[in-house]
Amino acid sequence: MLFLLAAYAAVAVAIPWWQPRLGRAVWAVAALVPLATVAWAGTRAARVLDGGEYRETLAWAPSLGLTVDLRLDPLSLLMLWVVAGVGALVLLYCRYYVERDAARQAALLLAFAGAMTGLVLADNVFVLYVFWELTTVASFLLIAGRGEEENERRAARQALLVTVAGGLVMLLGLVLLGWTAGTYRISAILADPPRGGAVSAAAVLVLIGAFAKSAQMPLHGWLPAAMVAPTPVSAYLHAAAMVKAGVYLVARLAPALAEVAPWRPMVLAVGLTTMVLAAWRALRATDLKLLLAYGTISELGLLVTLLGAGTRTAALAGAVMLLAHAAFKSALFLSVGILDHRAGTRDIRELSGVGRRMPVLFAVTALAAASMAGIPPLVGYLGKEAYFEAFLYGDARLDGHRQLTVVLVIGSALTVAYAARFVQGAFGGPPEGAARRAERPEAGFVAPVAVLAGAGLALGVGYAGTAALAAAYADAYPPGPHGPYELSLWHGFTPVLGLSALTLALGGLVHLGRRSLPVTALLPDAQRAFDRTLAAADRLALTVTRHTQVGSLPLYLVVLLTTVVVVPGAALAAGAPPLGSPLPWWSPVEPFLAVVVLTAAAAVVGTRHRLTGILLTGAVGYGVAGMFLVRGAPDLALTQFLVETMTLVVVVLVLRRMPARFSPGRTMTRVRLVRAAAAGAVGVLVTCFALVASAARTAPAISSGYAHRMEEAGAENIVNAIVVDFRALDTLGEISVLLVAAVGTVSLIRVGGRGDARTPGGGPGGPSPTAHWDEPVRTWLPGAPERPGGERSVLLEVATRLLFPSILVLSLFLLFSGHYGPGGGFAGGLVAGQALVLRYLVGGRADLGAAVRVPASVVTGSGMLLAAAVGTFPLLLGGVPLESTVVTLHPPVVGTVKFATSLFFDVGVYLLVVGVVLELLSAVGVSLGQDMAEADEAEATAEDEEQGGPR
Amino acid sequence: MNTIDVTMALVIGGLFAVGFFLMLQRSLMRIVLGFILLGHGTNLLLLVAGGTPGRPPVPDGRIDDPAGTADPLPQAMALTAIVITFGLTAFLMALAYRSWRMTGHDEVRDDVEDRRIGTVRERAEAGSAADRETGGTAPGGER
Repeated sequence: MLFLLAAYAAVAVAIPWWQPRLGRAVWAVAALVPLATVAWAGTRAARVLDGGEYRETLAWAPSLGLTVDLRLDPLSLLMLWVVAGVGALVLLYCRYYVERDAARQAALLLAFAGAMTGLVLADNVFVLYVFWELTTVASFLLIAGRGEEENERRAARQALLVTVAGGLVMLLGLVLLGWTAGTYRISAILADPPRGGAVSAAAVLVLIGAFAKSAQMPLHGWLPAAMVAPTPVSAYLHAAAMVKAGVYLVARLAPALAEVAPWRPMVLAVGLTTMVLAAWRALRATDLKLLLAYGTISELGLLVTLLGAGTRTAALAGAVMLLAHAAFKSALFLSVGILDHRAGTRDIRELSGVGRRMPVLFAVTALAAASMAGIPPLVGYLGKEAYFEAFLYGDARLDGHRQLTVVLVIGSALTVAYAARFVQGAFGGPPEGAARRAERPEAGFVAPVAVLAGAGLALGVGYAGTAALAAAYADAYPPGPHGPYELSLWHGFTPVLGLSALTLALGGLVHLGRRSLPVTALLPDAQRAFDRTLAAADRLALTVTRHTQVGSLPLYLVVLLTTVVVVPGAALAAGAPPLGSPLPWWSPVEPFLAVVVLTAAAAVVGTRHRLTGILLTGAVGYGVAGMFLVRGAPDLALTQFLVETMTLVVVVLVLRRMPARFSPGRTMTRVRLVRAAAAGAVGVLVTCFALVASAARTAPAISSGYAHRMEEAGAENIVNAIVVDFRALDTLGEISVLLVAAVGTVSLIRVGGRGDARTPGGGPGGPSPTAHWDEPVRTWLPGAPERPGGERSVLLEVATRLLFPSILVLSLFLLFSGHYGPGGGFAGGLVAGQALVLRYLVGGRADLGAAVRVPASVVTGSGMLLAAAVGTFPLLLGGVPLESTVVTLHPPVVGTVKFATSLFFDVGVYLLVVGVVLELLSAVGVSLGQDMAEADEAEATAEDEEQGGPR
Repeated sequence: MNTIDVTMALVIGGLFAVGFFLMLQRSLMRIVLGFILLGHGTNLLLLVAGGTPGRPPVPDGRIDDPAGTADPLPQAMALTAIVITFGLTAFLMALAYRSWRMTGHDEVRDDVEDRRIGTVRERAEAGSAADRETGGTAPGGER
């Protein structure tokens, strides 16, 4: 079965390439696949009809329960023959019908046939759903055509929206069903049907999806609209195959769900109403395709009723009618296609006398229509007998089956009437107008119609075969009170025969009296309802957007914060464990630090100066670093001190160019109060959360095991071991983020703005100031000539030069001792970075260039590369990435040297941090400084010109 | 059982409140400051939620006595967080600077496009009032 699906997919994909070479023969090639399917199903039929089955499974993600399960049982076999048989004939018919876009239509029709094949073979609800939606997509593409006309696009969109929405509802129902059953295999659900309230809900949801797909009222509006599609598409998708998917689902699940509460009433009410009202509507249509479309809706209503009713005889009748309908309805559609193609119209009012012009077509179409009307000995008659039997004699489970029989008689009579109207309208009357000029169709054009119409006759006369196929499915139900019903053309003079004759007579009367029929539409105008629903959805979306999407960032944030306070806050309030007896503080130093931190933080809010703001924030940072130290985290404290200093430097360097004060606030007091309230509420929530979170811990710390593994890591500082060894992947990610942030910062500051006039290679710094840091340096204080003496402090410059090597040595000490005490690559890199910052601040750009003679990007890149290389190196030795070992060397003189290989990783981190600091300095220091100089120059020139202007 | 520390909880809550209040302002610079304070608050929260404080997690040879030491795992995480906060702060500063350079101020203004979406219907109706007279195509074959 999998190879069948693969064949459909492969040929459908290949057709667009073959079509230019094959021309019209491409249709025959395409038809080979469904023909092969019919033959394949034929070889499997004997065993399936004996009650056996075929299964195939393709495990996709078995651990998630996602497997492609396929199963061939009697119902699948029946559907497979319908889908592939009609498909092959439609594809052969297209050879004559399709004038343009052959490649696209052939590929889509074949893809659709493949999806439909998958749908009827699926034994897993998710596989079924996927194929279900694939048929919807194929239908959308086939209806839309090239999308050149407004009504095509509209009809395609409508079909898509209705069936996809129904499909989603169905998916919900299927998931619910599978969840209560504990399995998503359809055969397993059927074998052991679940019961309960959830199953009732699932049944309703599944039925809604099936009704949308099978165009049941009130979701039928898309099917008449879809008649803008080419006629073969209508014949195949919208009569024989796709709309049967809903019916198939009902038939598939009815044995399990028919006894679940709302299933039977829902199926009977919707199905019978649809049958009668749509048949009535078909009597008023003048477009032949539209007549057939409403006829299809009506027949689908009948099929839903029969297959969903849940008794053996009804199911038998349903299976027969399903076969019959596929044969006669697609034959009628194809016949309309020929008329349309040759006479140029399909309007009853314009067609007259075609029957005499095309007698063969007339004959086969009349045969198909006779099957639709249920005239013996055609298969439609077999079905009609069976369904009257099912409802007239009924079953204890079918409440009010006699009244329902009356509805069925009315519906069947109307079917007879519109069948007569179709034949008379299409072929009757004297030859005139369009019919006179119409060219006779070729034999090959009519052949598919003849085969389909003939199938109706063959299935009727050879009723034993039909009975075998239909009964194999219907035997899923226990036989009724009168024993198993047997299909036959002649049961003797029974009341059922009388009902059949009555429908024919009534139908004939309605047809004769058609001129005096009231013209009121009994169907609600589904089209208008759909349009209104769509417009209402649009309006709702706009209203919601207008009220939620106001464009104010602070407002969005207030909403987010309020949600944070309300939802998790409520959960916290509801489920908080008792706090026990909280300590006021851990160490007596804490309250002092807390006062410093909170005062500084509060002062940040009040300040109007940017510089004051950042300095106060720095104070908060140092206070927090103190807290880290008090709570036994010296590594954190060290890093926090260094980072805070670096942040201050970077921010202050940027602030040089910005106004000293914040922009004057124009915020209203009320808004400020709302913001303060939201922020304050979050603060309270976080305080409570911090208390609860520290009290809620019950499990032992993961890291308790780390202490015992220090030996193998060759380290004594656990935090550093975690950073460079146990969780080194985190660190690798972290330094990548740092690198990206630095690159982003540099590009944001350098690119664009007024500075973009700077030409590459020109200007004092060249394309990149860092590239010139390695210019030859001759003086000991190279920045000296750049700046006037008033800005310089020789003492500071000399002290910096002398201190610089010592600071670098300190940074290296932190790097290498990180494994044994506070320190490590981050801290070391930041210390080295601060040494460079000092050089820049004191000696300017040139002094920085003297200190580092390679471009910043080289330092950064080599750091990143080193860390990554150390991480991947163990792979070469057959280890796992980021693995580390302890190496002991005995070099002469030094004695024994013992280190972990993760040290090299830390060296990478060190280099990267130094490089990032250099990058930032080059951006916020050097190039921003140059901008300032240029701007000053420009101002000076402008002033010069201004002064020179009046002269 | 962990000890609960009221002072730390208050500090964390205070930092969150001030940080969010600053982030609710329109000046990008204030938002950056708020972000830094939020970062401090979060790092402390990470540490506090991690467990009882204690001796620094540098065993110094006393491996057999992990009881009195602070949990090193939240420390390592906070270490990572501190460094990333630094990188992001620099990036945000650059954004504020760029905004100031391009527009002459560093304020977060309302998004005009967002407001335009709300009025799309009115504008569409005003624009296509004439179209509708002629453009009503029949839906499908329904008529």
